Amino acid sequence: MYRGMHCEVVSLAGHNGDQIEAYHARALGDGPHPSVVVIHHMPGWDDWTLEVARRITHHGYATLSPHLYSRSGPGDPDDVAAKARAAGGVSDDQVMGDITASAAYLRAQTGANGKVGVIGFCSGGRQAYLAACRIRDLDAAVDCWGGAVVVDDPAQLDEKHPVAPIDLTAQMSAPLLGIFGNDDRNPTAAQVDRTEAELKRHGKTYEFHRYDGAGHAFFHWGRPEAYRGEQAIDAWSHVFAFFARHLGA
Amino acid sequence: MCTNVTRSAAITGSAKGPSGWFSVDTATVYFDHPFHAPLEHSLNIDLVNRAAGAPARVAIELSAASARELVRQITAALDDEPAAVPLSDVKAPTISA
Repeated sequence: MYRGMHCEVVSLAGHNGDQIEAYHARALGDGPHPSVVVIHHMPGWDDWTLEVARRITHHGYATLSPHLYSRSGPGDPDDVAAKARAAGGVSDDQVMGDITASAAYLRAQTGANGKVGVIGFCSGGRQAYLAACRIRDLDAAVDCWGGAVVVDDPAQLDEKHPVAPIDLTAQMSAPLLGIFGNDDRNPTAAQVDRTEAELKRHGKTYEFHRYDGAGHAFFHWGRPEAYRGEQAIDAWSHVFAFFARHLGA
Repeated sequence: MCTNVTRSAAITGSAKGPSGWFSVDTATVYFDHPFHAPLEHSLNIDLVNRAAGAPARVAIELSAASARELVRQITAALDDEPAAVPLSDVKAPTISA
């Protein structure tokens, strides 16, 4: 496989036609290439997220990472994230619109094979689960330790986040891969059990990989407290096998 | 914690960022994932001028223990000179979740 890639920041029409910025990395070569939308975690559209996009692209994919806080800019991604957070975060409807637009952008690229998956981390994991339920044309979804898929505290629901994603499981249309650390506090192991039970109850296509000795964000090499190399290596192998199976890399 | 739970306080004062000093009117406080600190969770404080946009911000990300120590020292410093410290000097000294 030829390992070159081209990366750039692009602008596209997101939810409601708003212009948002996104990081587009595409594998060079003739293709056809499958595509993945990379959803950033709650701290924002940071270097780590873009490194993840390049990592996936390195394996032959086109990736697009939309800056979900774009509308709170301009500014450095951390400043923009702080402003978005102070405003109560971004709404689920807006995020679903931005992911839909990102998937359409990827499908329209020369060399795209027409298959699009989504992967998200932390709050982005929750958004990936939600996307698997709400966006009809996604071909695969990866939820990495998404918190608040199960909502036990009603205070976690508000106007921008009105529904617990688990309550939409019946309408999930994309196969789901879940990656979780058993020491995580959001989601807890018990909450992951409940999510899995709901997926089973509705006969959904899914696979979960759950790791002892790992908590939240255990892929994150920038957080020594959280990073677990052995578990991360195994989990990444499942991510790439899942994408290859459902997106046709 | 991976939530949008954020507290805010109206404040009066100034902060110094990359472009120099600016007035600040709001502090937002939350315990969640940091952007930069090598911690899983941190106590994050943003001192901002809301009208000036995203770049008008001074941010800190502290470990939970060091944040508690900072609170103790701020309180101690204010208690050093109680006669000089008015109870309120902001227009809307509200703290809300």
